Amino acid sequence: MIHFDVQGQEARAVDVDPFGDAYLANPYPYHEVLRHAGPVVYLPQWGCYATGRHAVVKAILQDPATFCSGAGVGLSNFRKEPPWRPPSLVLETDPPEHTKNRAIISRTLSPKVLRELKDRFAAQARELVDQLVARSSFDGVKDLGEAFPLKVFPDAVGLRSDGREHLIAYGNMVFNGMGPRNALYEQAMRNAEMVNAWVWAACQRENLSPDGLGAAIYTAVDDGQLTHEQGAMLVRSFLSAGIDTTANAIGLAAHCFAMHPEQWERLRSESSLVRQAFEEVLRYGSPFQTYFRTTTRDVSVGGIAIPAGEKVMVSVAAANRDPDFWPDPDRFDIGRSTAGHLAFGAGIHGCVGQMMARLEVEVLLTALAERVRRIELAGEPRLMPHNTLRGFQVLPLRLHT
Amino acid sequence: MTKIIYVDASGCRREVQARDGTSVMQAAVSHGISGIVAECGGSAMCATCHVYVESGPVDRLPAPNAVEHEMLDSTAEPRQPNSRLSCQLVVRPELDGLVLRLPQRQT
Repeated sequence: MIHFDVQGQEARAVDVDPFGDAYLANPYPYHEVLRHAGPVVYLPQWGCYATGRHAVVKAILQDPATFCSGAGVGLSNFRKEPPWRPPSLVLETDPPEHTKNRAIISRTLSPKVLRELKDRFAAQARELVDQLVARSSFDGVKDLGEAFPLKVFPDAVGLRSDGREHLIAYGNMVFNGMGPRNALYEQAMRNAEMVNAWVWAACQRENLSPDGLGAAIYTAVDDGQLTHEQGAMLVRSFLSAGIDTTANAIGLAAHCFAMHPEQWERLRSESSLVRQAFEEVLRYGSPFQTYFRTTTRDVSVGGIAIPAGEKVMVSVAAANRDPDFWPDPDRFDIGRSTAGHLAFGAGIHGCVGQMMARLEVEVLLTALAERVRRIELAGEPRLMPHNTLRGFQVLPLRLHT
Repeated sequence: MTKIIYVDASGCRREVQARDGTSVMQAAVSHGISGIVAECGGSAMCATCHVYVESGPVDRLPAPNAVEHEMLDSTAEPRQPNSRLSCQLVVRPELDGLVLRLPQRQT
């Protein structure tokens, strides 16, 4: 158990740049440095604190009163510099506003709603897999990882069918935007004005089909719980968080199984392991690697003092491979217990779309397992350099039936 | 430590010494009680840690909040008046001897 106190020692300064090229290309040695250097360390280059230990990350995420989200969940402190977009009503807010807004979204994504979507998603997964097995090779990023969530999720939200490629650009803005204003940030923001305008228009009630999840959000506007603009903002949350993360998770899953064919065989012989296998992909790969909280008071974490108003980077990726919590953490094993992984976060800000993500990947892996004997790399994969997400830029694949 | 009793759908009874401050769900998972799935890890998102509160100090349980109420409408086995999500129940000494019945299925 990690105890929070007021008095503590000064954090050790560590020369690690979590937004540098070397870290982003291979974060694992740096995770080890972070975990080893202390429960909490200081990163002088960015003037923030950081942790990669499982127990500390979890404790921080479960104390939102001390480690708030309202000052932004990126490196930038919204109380010191203006955010690039109006802050999210769920991701970047604190209770009590957060509680009400999150409840409105979680209601629209309830297990009951998702059960009703399952057959349609499964049929679309089989259709996509049928197309992919007919090809000699394809790009696991564009043709699989992005193609599937870009089809099923916006359909479920009730979004217009043209221009959906803007959702990839928007997700890139949201998640690269949590890093510093480096080249990756500038690159992600290069069409910001146009993409922002498209997304905002897509979130308006008149542009959403009346039977989708987006329209369901607007019932809270009719009830007087939200203004019209707040309704559009909550629909925007679907579009910010619902595509890139899932797309990267699918790419990471395909890569894991290409690299570990014996795990794919196991999955094929035990189809009940599908959901469990995805949890292991999440633990092992952590599609959303890094984000921030801001201290609301002077606090000591595991004996290390953090003053009020400071940014604290939580590396869920490092926590998900912390050897103090996981036996043999660098081994990909779909049979292991993954209880306690932090890939969807924890506490009140735990991913509100996590059951949607599970559904999408479950039906896709099931469709692949039914037809595909082996997933093989058809060329050299290339990681996507990204401030906070992990995934591939290019992932050449071949499917053997 | 507080004693919590889980009775599975076949009537098999397990007594667990649960750590105060954790959730009734976490206590079940860490003691390997298989009738609790808890896929979302305690975020009140999945409704797979559904329990029926049977007996013991039932009046010491706080009422479900709005999110738990909503989520209980999504349980795999029908909701009853004594249905709760065990991830939302915090173990405290006054719950000693609480008896929970597990549904036949969670998904």
